[in-house]
This record gives sequence, C-alpha cells and structure tokens, in this order.
Amino acid sequence: MKEDIKSFTISIYTENNIGLLNRISAIFQRRHINIESLTTSQSEIDGVNRFVIVVNICEDTACKIVKQIEKQVETIRAYYHTEDQTIFTESCMFKIKSDLLFNEPQIQNIIKESNARIVTVNKEFFVLEKSGRRNEIESLRRDLNVFGIMQFVRSGRIAVTKDQMKITELLTAFNNQ
Amino acid sequence: MKTQTINKNQEVAEKTQNIAGSEAVVRSLIAEGVDIIYGYPGGAIMPVYDELFKYQDKIHHVLTRHEQGAAHAAQGYARISGKVGVAMATSGPGATNLITGIADAQIDSTPLVCITGQVFSHLLGSDAFQETDIVGISTPVTKWNCQVTKAEDIPGAIAKAFYIAKSGRPGPVLVDITKDAQVSNLDFIYKKCTGIRSYNPVPKTSQESVNAAAKLINNAKKPMIVWGQGVILGQAEDELKAVIEKAGIPSAWTILGASALPTSHPLNIGMVGMHGNYAPNKLTNECDVLIAIGMRFDDRVTGRLDAYAKQAKIIHFDIDPAEIDKNVKTDVAVLGDSKESLAMLLDALDNNSHESWLQEFKDLYAIEFEKVIKGDISPTKEGLTMGEVIKQINIESKGKAAIVSDVGQHQMIACRYAEFNVSKSNITSGGLGTMGFALPAAIGAKMAAPEREVVAVIGDGGYQMNIQELGTIFQQKAAVKIVVLNNEFLGMVRQWQQLFFDKRYASTEMTNPNFVAIAEGYYIKARKVTKREELAEAVKEMMDSKESYFLEVCVEKEDNVFPMIPSGAAVSDVRLS
Ligand SMILES: Cc1ncc(C[n+]2csc(CCOP(=O)(O)OP(=O)(O)O)c2C)c(N)n1
Repeated sequence: MKEDIKSFTISIYTENNIGLLNRISAIFQRRHINIESLTTSQSEIDGVNRFVIVVNICEDTACKIVKQIEKQVETIRAYYHTEDQTIFTESCMFKIKSDLLFNEPQIQNIIKESNARIVTVNKEFFVLEKSGRRNEIESLRRDLNVFGIMQFVRSGRIAVTKDQMKITELLTAFNNQ
Repeated sequence: MKTQTINKNQEVAEKTQNIAGSEAVVRSLIAEGVDIIYGYPGGAIMPVYDELFKYQDKIHHVLTRHEQGAAHAAQGYARISGKVGVAMATSGPGATNLITGIADAQIDSTPLVCITGQVFSHLLGSDAFQETDIVGISTPVTKWNCQVTKAEDIPGAIAKAFYIAKSGRPGPVLVDITKDAQVSNLDFIYKKCTGIRSYNPVPKTSQESVNAAAKLINNAKKPMIVWGQGVILGQAEDELKAVIEKAGIPSAWTILGASALPTSHPLNIGMVGMHGNYAPNKLTNECDVLIAIGMRFDDRVTGRLDAYAKQAKIIHFDIDPAEIDKNVKTDVAVLGDSKESLAMLLDALDNNSHESWLQEFKDLYAIEFEKVIKGDISPTKEGLTMGEVIKQINIESKGKAAIVSDVGQHQMIACRYAEFNVSKSNITSGGLGTMGFALPAAIGAKMAAPEREVVAVIGDGGYQMNIQELGTIFQQKAAVKIVVLNNEFLGMVRQWQQLFFDKRYASTEMTNPNFVAIAEGYYIKARKVTKREELAEAVKEMMDSKESYFLEVCVEKEDNVFPMIPSGAAVSDVRLS
C-alpha cells in the first residue's frame, strides 16, 4: 500500500546558527529524499531564520521528517503544508543579448505579456526578472529560448502559509517562563 | 583560587576572572561537577591538557589507549551512573576516532560531552595539519554540536553542551575548540544553562492522554507491557514496578530496558526481540493492549512491522515526540518524562490481575525452558556453553553485578541469562551493535561505580577490537572482571552463515593468540578454562579477586543462539531451533 507522493512545503523557524543547514539537510539525505528547492532567509521575527524546503514525498514521511527537524535543538518550529495551504512563488532571471531587444520585436511582446521586468540594459546584454509560478517561468523560458539565452537562473520556492504560525507567542511564552 | 572549597568557588563564580580559554574549559567542566574524563592528547588540545595537569586534584583524566576507547569508557561511565560522560581528543584523527562511540551514544541515548581540539581558526578550511571538519562529520550522530573560535564563548558552549546532553532524551554533544580560542584570554564566569528557547526537552504529559491510556488498560483482558531504556533514563523504575503490580500486567523488556525491574519479579516475562524470550515475542501478537514505555520499536524488536501486534491497541509512552508513530502507529500516545507520566498512570489504573493470561506466558516459558534454556545453562553435552558461564556469574554475584557485554552471541546469551537485581546493570551496545564496546565501557562503568562488581562479557572477536584498553585497566588499576567467551569464531555471523548461507563460513573463523599471555603481559591476573569441572571455581576466583581479572572460557565452537526471529519474519514466527 503506497501512499500518494505529493509536493510538500516544509517551513522551519530556527535560530540563526552555523551548521544548522547541514543538520537539517542531513535529515533528508539519510532518508534518500531529494530536496526540490531550499531557501533560507530572515523571518518576520528578528534573529529568527526561516527555511522553506520543497520536497516530493508522501504525507506520512512529511510528518516524520517534520518531527525529526523539530527535534533539533535549534529548531523553534517546523511545519509541512500542501500547495493549497500556502501562497508561493519563485523568481528567475534571464540574461539576453541586447541586439535581440531591438532586432526582434517579438521579444518586446513576450516581455510585456509575461509581466517580466527589465532590470538593466547595456550595450551587450539586458537582464529580465520575473516572479511567479513554475509554469509561468517555464513558459517564458521556452519563449525566450528560441532567441537564445545567455544565462538563466531560477530561485527556490518561497511561501507563506494561509494559517498562522504563532512563533512570536511561542517565544514570548519561553521568555515568560 | 585553586584550593578554595566548592562553596567558595561558587561564590567566586559570581565574579569574573581573566584566564586562558584552556583553563576555562577545565573550570567549566569542574563547574559541571565533572571529576573523571577519558581522552587522549595531541597538538590541538595540548593547552587544555596543560590545564588538566594543574587541576589534576579536581579532575582525573584517564588516558585510554585509543580515542574510541575514550568514547566508550565515557559511555560506560554515563550508563551506570546516569551522569554525563566526558571524552576529550585532539583534532583530526583524534576526533574521528571518537565517532563510533558518539554514534553509539546517539542511537542509545547516552549523555556524552565530547571536547575536541581544532586547528587555529585562521587555518580552518586550509587543509591544515590534522584539520578535519569534525563538526560536519559528527552532525548526523550528535544531538548537538558546535565549534568555538573565541575564548569568551567557551563557558557558554560547555554549559549548553551539558544541558543538552543530559536533558530530555539524552544524547552525545560535541564541542570543537580552536587552538586560538584555547590560548587567548577571557573574563571567565560560569553560568549553568537552564533553558534554550528553541528546545523543549520534556513535553508536558497531558492528563487526557493518561486517562485514555488508563481506560484502555483497565478494560484490557490481555495487556502486555514492553519497556525500554526510557524507564532507566527517567529514573522511573519504582513507578514502573508500581504500575505493573497494580494492574497485574505481564511485562517484557528491550535489551536496553533490562535491569529496570528485577529478573525474578513474577510479572517480568523476559526480553523481546530477535533473540528475546519465546513467550513475550509470541504473545505480542496475541495481546489486546500493548503498552510501550520508553522504547522505540526498533526493527530488532518488532521483526516484520506489518505483522507486529496488529490485533492490539497500542499505547506509547515516550519523551521524544519524534518516536510517536515513527515505526508503529499508536492509538494513544503519552508524551512526557516517564517518571511523571507513569506516576499519573498509576493513579488512573484499577487494581487488577490477569492470572490466566500470565499463565500463557508461563506455559510458553516452560516450552522454551525444555527446548532451549535447559541446554544452555545446564548442558549435558561435553563442550562448555556460554549460558553456563553466565549462570556461574549469577551465582557468584548474586545477581548484583553490572554486566557489560559486547556484540554477538555472547551478548544475547548474557542479556538472556544474566540475573539483574539492580537497575543500570545491563550495559551493552544495543542500537549500533558496536563490537569493541565492552572492554572500554567496563572501565568507565567501574570507575563511575567502584563499589559495584563490573563484569565484561566479550567474544573473542570483539575483544580484539579494543584489546589495547587492557593498558588502561592496568594503568588505572580498574578492577574490571573480563570474561572472554572464546568460540574461535565471529559467532553471530557464523550462526547466520550456518542458517542462511549454507554453512559457507566466509571469514568468520579466527586463529586466536594466547589471550592469557596477553593479559599477563599487562600484569592482569589471567586464567583459561577449557573444562566444565574448572568453571565454577574459576568464576569464583575471578569474582573474589580484588583486582582486575581476565578469564578466558573456551566454549563450544558452533553453538547457536535461540530463540530467534529470522530477519523479516513476524515476532510470532520466533523459532526455538
Ligand atoms: C564493529 C563491528 N563490526 C562488525 C560487526 C558485525 N558483527 C556482529 S556480531 C559479529 C561477531 C562477533 O563475534 P565475537 O566477538 O567473537 O562474538 P560471538 O558472536 O562469537 O559471541 C560481527 C562480526 C559489528 N557488530 N560491529
């Protein structure tokens, strides 16, 4: 009886600590789970970091992994969510030859229709930036690929959840102990 | 400063003093109440050793003969005392040599603080002499670890290390200290760590969960308890006994749970797992409520998971939320410290007894006795058995010795037949199954509890994995009793080869040295027994010895350990032959 493999977004609030990334990624590695994307940044609370990790696993595994992550001393809280429980986006950049911008009118249309933003233009190249869902970014990449892309890069997913995280309450409770 | 009393030291601790990082390491250990550490010096930790020299009246440093020995000795110290064991090593190979012991402590929840020296911080990442990324290497096998590069961070890191190692579900931690942090000065003040905001070591036990558990237990017709080391770590032996007696529940133990309840207790039905007793394994698949207390449903305990206690309601008491539903889905989870949760359970339980259910265990025991136990402990065949050696140790020690076993057939036999009347008496490598554990662990155990008789029971294979620690025994005059059960085979592997690989004994036969001569080379009294007539007298001589003593017993070469649950089989398919 195999459970459904789904895309889960794992959100982790942690102390800002050298080595914690290693500790958290080891939890996935041990179980032979491929991490689709991983982003870490400051969270809404000063001094507290937030990891957003996307993995394709079954819910049972997601649940166990989140417990293992929470068990780490410097993890404040960890959660897993399905796609419809989060609001998420990715961002990407394209570096493209500048002559194309002037010689290929099609490109200008593509940029306009895709809501991409021109970050910079110089004699040799221009840089486009776009954020959105994976399929939007992929379709833009396909469209631009026809003309040639000098460089392409896409970020990992960032996501906020629809439900509350209550980290501040948790930390306040500790301070009041 | 050094000669002040402890009380005065505590007062002094309020004021800061400017000292070197290396001294701060030692003073921090003293502040944590450490009086014995196990280790091995080398370049990157030499400043700390220099301070240990100065503070030798407060901390006794035991020079083991290998850093693995230091880690296992610290484990033995922790396991018998419940205190944090401390191991120390230099950078690079010293640090990597600790890893097996750290991994063993991690899987067996043993509180350890390991302190390693590291190259100067400006050399980090430069492939400097004896530089290894020990924080990276140890991450998956530690509860927590950190690298300290500044002297002023030393006391805080060590305070945190001790707090984390000991609190909640215990485990090993590692603090890696660069040499520059050791040699530069700081204003020393020691504050014990009492809490970390991101860390909740002991989840609160909810009354509802206890009530739900009690309701299931009170209504059960065939309840069964399986307890693990969580009872010992939580010092909940009395609470366990009270629960068992009040509700009249037949109760079995995992290998690490052994000795929490005396062997002779009428409701003690023996060991579960691959080489556990027949009755508790078989009846795991008959009980109606299975109460797991401080154990983690290891695969050596459960056998085939999808055929494990499927008929039963499962109640799981544990301090670690990550254990709940990890391997076996529970009906009621009771989180919290076992001492507290079992006391709460006791209040909610009805007085009860389950005589006919208990009789089922007794009946199966009688079968196991006829088919296995009798031949193991009172053999009539010519060759000596491991079981009769353990029986002699029981007789001589009156079941009060701490048995430190290694890994293999002798380990299973020791755990099956040793009589335990005192808690924390079964010190063995359960989760990792680390051969080489017993000899150094016995040293640590004996030093932590000199008043206790400590008997290491080791196979001829595992003995040779850390045999160098005889040097430590000799130098420290540690009165450890060493019994090597010599079958001239890597017995447990040979047993599998016999049963599952058509007797192809690939690399399991051992040509052994003169063990008695080796022990005598270390000035340890030694004796070899080859005949049954000599056994009782030899064991008595060993147990009567005030000093360390080495006893080699040549046992039957190709005996097997039964009962056995073949790997991948259900617990109820436990075999008697
Ligand atoms: C470090 C290590 N290497 C290998 C093993 C695999 N192993 C498990 S039991 C065993 C045989 C142990 O032989 P011995 O020490 O002679 O004890 P016996 O089984 O004969 O009692 C081996 C090789 C292990 N557990 N640990």
